[in-house]
Amino acid sequence: MADITAPAYRTIPIIPALIPGAMEGKGPFVASEKINEAIGFPGQLVEDWHDKAIAKMGELLSKYRSLKVFMDACVHCGACSDKCHYFIGTQDPKNMPVARQDLMRSVYRRYFTLPGKLFPKLVGARDLTREVLDEWFNYYHQCSECRRCSVFCPYGIDTAEVTMAAREILDSIGYGQKYSNEIIGKVHKIGNNLGLPGPALIDTLEGLEEDVKDATGIDVRFPIDVKGAEVLLITPSADFFAEPHIDSLIGYAKVFHASGTSWTLSSLASEAGNFGMFIGNYEQLRKIALRIREAALELGVKRIVVGECGHAWRVAYSFWNTLSGVGGGAGEVDKFAQMLQKQLDHRYKQPTHICEFTWDLIERNALTFDKSKNDKHIITFHDSCNVARGSRMGDLPGGQFEIPRNIIKAVANNFVEMAPNTTREQTFCCGGGGGVLTDDLLELRVKGALPRMEVLQQAVDEHGVNFMATICAICKAQFTKVLPIYGFDRKLVGGVHQLVSNAIQLGPK
Amino acid sequence: MANIEVGGKSYETDEEGYLVNLSDWNTDVANFMAQTENITMTDQHWEVVNFLREYFDEYQIAPAVRVLTKAIGKKLGAEKGTSEYLYGLFPYGPGKQACKIAGLPKPTGCI
Repeated sequence: MADITAPAYRTIPIIPALIPGAMEGKGPFVASEKINEAIGFPGQLVEDWHDKAIAKMGELLSKYRSLKVFMDACVHCGACSDKCHYFIGTQDPKNMPVARQDLMRSVYRRYFTLPGKLFPKLVGARDLTREVLDEWFNYYHQCSECRRCSVFCPYGIDTAEVTMAAREILDSIGYGQKYSNEIIGKVHKIGNNLGLPGPALIDTLEGLEEDVKDATGIDVRFPIDVKGAEVLLITPSADFFAEPHIDSLIGYAKVFHASGTSWTLSSLASEAGNFGMFIGNYEQLRKIALRIREAALELGVKRIVVGECGHAWRVAYSFWNTLSGVGGGAGEVDKFAQMLQKQLDHRYKQPTHICEFTWDLIERNALTFDKSKNDKHIITFHDSCNVARGSRMGDLPGGQFEIPRNIIKAVANNFVEMAPNTTREQTFCCGGGGGVLTDDLLELRVKGALPRMEVLQQAVDEHGVNFMATICAICKAQFTKVLPIYGFDRKLVGGVHQLVSNAIQLGPK
Repeated sequence: MANIEVGGKSYETDEEGYLVNLSDWNTDVANFMAQTENITMTDQHWEVVNFLREYFDEYQIAPAVRVLTKAIGKKLGAEKGTSEYLYGLFPYGPGKQACKIAGLPKPTGCI
């Protein structure tokens, strides 16, 4: 593996000097024929890719009115340009959100607007050439769909939607990305992104029961495929596999144990993540979401709770209702969605985030904590983009910001915030979201982490922060990888429920 | 796709150097891959690699980091059953680097 070093912190965090072409040709691996065909995409770049791509673009423009508005509305004011972590870290001008979008907008003008058709040069319209297509592949995989730039856009242009459309067009002509498409294949074939088969999952869960028993003397269960359980927990498969993710899984189990909740995991739907969203493909998004409905119906559960996974919560909170019938809004003719809506207990939020679940118990004094167990930590919280900007929690606006922080303050004594222009709705992406958490994009990931690392460093210097809590599997994996490159301990990152796990009292009150 | 030459034989690997056909694996291939990762294989490395292969045979996936540390701890003593010990052996991450040397597919996902 090539040695990738961290860029220097900026003395004054302003627009960086431009390095044109800095990230040219540094996109991800292209998906192989086998990977693409397994999920119904053309195996490799089709011969008539030009016409197919333009036709697909036309289809998306008519299907998603938002996309057409985003293509037309931008006035190039530049408000977004320095808001992107990838632009800040790579200094490549094409990673300014406005410029990255213009890779598509210029093609849109050429084929879908009158001035572009008649006087392409005058309006900056471009033919879709092979070079332009390669540029799309390269730079639309240097966007994590985090939507920070959209917060600052005076027109509210959702840049992530442009990236998603570009990826959807690329997939439709056989020019997809290896990492995302391989993972989508695994979720269909095996049930989760990791490709963790049922027996391995069961073995891992049994091991965790032993570990918790050794550590606490208490039999905390990690049930799987239990029919008639009240709660179905849908969590990212990284929670079964990776560090520090697994410590949060232990935290969820302890919360269920301490509150006497009957719960289960599902081997069929052992994945919360939904990479269908990252590639902007509605059919994949829906197909992946339907596994959860199938599991919920089969197990007869009353509630669906989602573990610490950023984009999964966006999909669950914002899209599950119409995709699968979890929550309200099932179509009248959608028999199984109707069935599921009747089955679920609507006294509770459907779905419920694990943080909502835990916070509700804390508010009702149903859990006991020894906060001193977290005294070795000085904690800060990194808001994950899809939770912060694509969803909500609880009953009040901003609940997605307050509830995780409230939990931390309830289980630990030392909590500090990072710089306010980098938290809550203005949070910086970890640098690994949206389908770029892959080794072939490591340089991008390291550079994209720069703005978060700068303010973390500040919090470390000023407050002695030694634990950055987060509620996203991608953030946890990304930081574990890049923290050491910036000179931090990789264990500085962890989950909110890892802190819950440290402090929760399991014995009788 | 690429190929590596080991001991006069050619083996197919993917873009990142992982073996494409798992049945191609042998100790020479492992040593070769370790070399490209700047790792000198010692008995300690082999303990990990052999465990990974045994686990994979049974479950068709590499073990979770925690399962691995626990198994190594049981075999070699509690002080070695830590992720620090494994990172010491395989600095790029015990999951991915050790899997590569063991001839297993790369675990992917949010890890």
